[in-house]
Amino acid sequence: MTTLIALIPALPLLSFLMIVLFGRLLPKRVVAASAVGSVSIAAVFTVIAGIALLSLPGNEKVIASRVYTWMSAGGLTASVAFVLDPLSLVFCFVITLVGALIHLYSVEFMGREEGFNRFFAYMNLFVGSMLILVLADNLLLLYMGWEGVGLCSYLLIGFWYKVPENGFAARKAFVVTRIGDTAMIIGLFLLFASFGTLNIHDLMEQASSKWISGSPLAVISALLLLGGALGKSAQLPLHTWLPDAMAGPSPVSALIHAATMVTAGVYLITRTHVLFALAPAVMTTVAVIGAITLLVSGFSALAQTDLKRVLAYSTISQIGYMFLAMGIGAWSAAVFHFMIHAFFKALLFLSGGAVIHLLNDEHDIFRMGGLRKKMPVVFYTFLAGAASLSALPLITAGFYSKDQILWFGWSSAASNHWLWAAGITGAMLTSLYTFRLVFITFFGELKTQPGHKPGRYITIPLVILALLSLAGGFIELPENIGPVHLFSRLFDGVLPEVKSAMIATPESLFQLMSGLISIAGVYFAYLLFLKKSPIVKFRKNRLYDFFYSGWKFDKLYDILFVKPVVWFSEIDRHDFIDNVYTSVARLTGLLNSLISKTQNGRLRWYVLFLAAGVVVLITIMISL
Amino acid sequence: MEIQILFAGLLFLTGLVGFLVRRNIIFMLLSIEIMLNSAALVFVIAGAHWMQADGQVMFIFILTVSAAEVSVGLALILQMYHRFKTLDADALSNLRDKQTSEDL
Repeated sequence: MTTLIALIPALPLLSFLMIVLFGRLLPKRVVAASAVGSVSIAAVFTVIAGIALLSLPGNEKVIASRVYTWMSAGGLTASVAFVLDPLSLVFCFVITLVGALIHLYSVEFMGREEGFNRFFAYMNLFVGSMLILVLADNLLLLYMGWEGVGLCSYLLIGFWYKVPENGFAARKAFVVTRIGDTAMIIGLFLLFASFGTLNIHDLMEQASSKWISGSPLAVISALLLLGGALGKSAQLPLHTWLPDAMAGPSPVSALIHAATMVTAGVYLITRTHVLFALAPAVMTTVAVIGAITLLVSGFSALAQTDLKRVLAYSTISQIGYMFLAMGIGAWSAAVFHFMIHAFFKALLFLSGGAVIHLLNDEHDIFRMGGLRKKMPVVFYTFLAGAASLSALPLITAGFYSKDQILWFGWSSAASNHWLWAAGITGAMLTSLYTFRLVFITFFGELKTQPGHKPGRYITIPLVILALLSLAGGFIELPENIGPVHLFSRLFDGVLPEVKSAMIATPESLFQLMSGLISIAGVYFAYLLFLKKSPIVKFRKNRLYDFFYSGWKFDKLYDILFVKPVVWFSEIDRHDFIDNVYTSVARLTGLLNSLISKTQNGRLRWYVLFLAAGVVVLITIMISL
Repeated sequence: MEIQILFAGLLFLTGLVGFLVRRNIIFMLLSIEIMLNSAALVFVIAGAHWMQADGQVMFIFILTVSAAEVSVGLALILQMYHRFKTLDADALSNLRDKQTSEDL
């Protein structure tokens, strides 16, 4: 069983190596089979390992697998070792399952692209790195996976590198996440300096025994780790890279920038929840950042015209919900929402990608419309994803996961009613912008004729994901609906439970409220965007522009950081150190210009110098 | 002995100075011949001094070489005159460094 766990990340990495080394020699079908197959087998292995894990008794649900010692120097011992526990199991399950479906989808989606092999090599490398990230037993190995997925994200955003804008988007993503990563590695240094180990389990045990709640070191290290999580998970203030990251192919957006990589921050915080629990101030920060992020990006999503950018802002917003949940101590609710979000957001990106693909790369939703009859499979699956994202009550999985967060937002002792209000406003926004997308894209009159029909490699993953995003919620029901708690039972003894405040209001009232809110959102979207009711002129005003540009964050950062740095480097161009080097160059040039004057092309001068040289040499030899 | 060597040296110096001050290429060729002959003279002097025939043998060789050299040299002068219509050696300075002042 232990080798099986090591094989889960190893398989995609092996496939990556094979495609990179021998891809040119292999036919396309073998490359595709290797890429899809490796991830699918990893998914099967995950399920097998998961069953073995869950059959272990109560509090010992851990399977460890040590491959070899990576490095051992001066007290630091880092090994390539993997640990499977319920938390990493959930992440592994989502990564491999959703990953396999997206790989399958990509076989058709990328079928006619030039860099077919390159695409699948990067995708496999990504899945491998992501699995290393979630399975790592120490923070150093986790950090390696963390950087690996960042690299793959960069490479895949800039996949169509011949368009300069894609390269800029890729660099932006890399640089912005690097800010967070730097904070995170400093956090790792701090933790290592304090405890002399980076093994997550030991670290958490020592932290809880040596640090008291709210001690400065605990707060600082939690803040630094949070910095890394903010960068990777595109939360305020490091969220600006994600909308631009949509420059990559749609399967990339689905896998990396919706389902898995951007939730690495959620994983990191959940994994080190002991540390965060020691820093209540940081926990509050996490919740507040989540709440602000979900509102800011919710409003931004409302104004976008690019289909994928709407979904990108929606992703930021949904991860905001997860941060909110983590901040108020509802760990299992955050992870549950992560899983359901991975299903429906991957689905939305894949079916949205199919729409874009079939309309020959048309991204503007206002040039779509009326596609409901033209591509029924894509429409119904997109509708399922949209319903789940909007958390339509009872029938969708999104309802169960989001309602849980909203309920804890009200009832948790660590929360307050402002956070809950932000969450419920966000829920309204979510269904508004989601169904704006649905109504504009699929209803109304037909504006662009689709080029061809999607094949079965596109439709099969869509249907599976649609089923998951509808039915996936039934494994965890609210208290008053049914006694099904399969998901949160998974985390007994792994993640702490929510500390509830004494609340008199019944849960059903809140469910009713959030249900009504999301239905109301759909209804308003219907009025505004399908009926074109004249109540609101939605386009072309200042507020619209403000939301369209994502609250002008790019402009703000441009003024705050980019311009000063450019200005400083301009004026610092001729500083002292530069002068040393330029004067060396100038001296050489001066000597050159002096000596090159002697090369005048006159034979007699050369002879004179020759004769003079001989005289000098002979004089020296005689005088010696 | 010293006198003869000094004479040969003077002859060489005459050739060298002639080479340096003359701009006409025919005179420069003549000066080269003078220098060559002064070198050959040193061989003869040395041969006479040590009573060896080698010096004279070497002189014959040098004479042959200089004959060949003169024929090649004259052919080159002929070509030069054909092409540039001048015998001024300083006029042929195309190999000079032309960009000296343009750097930096």
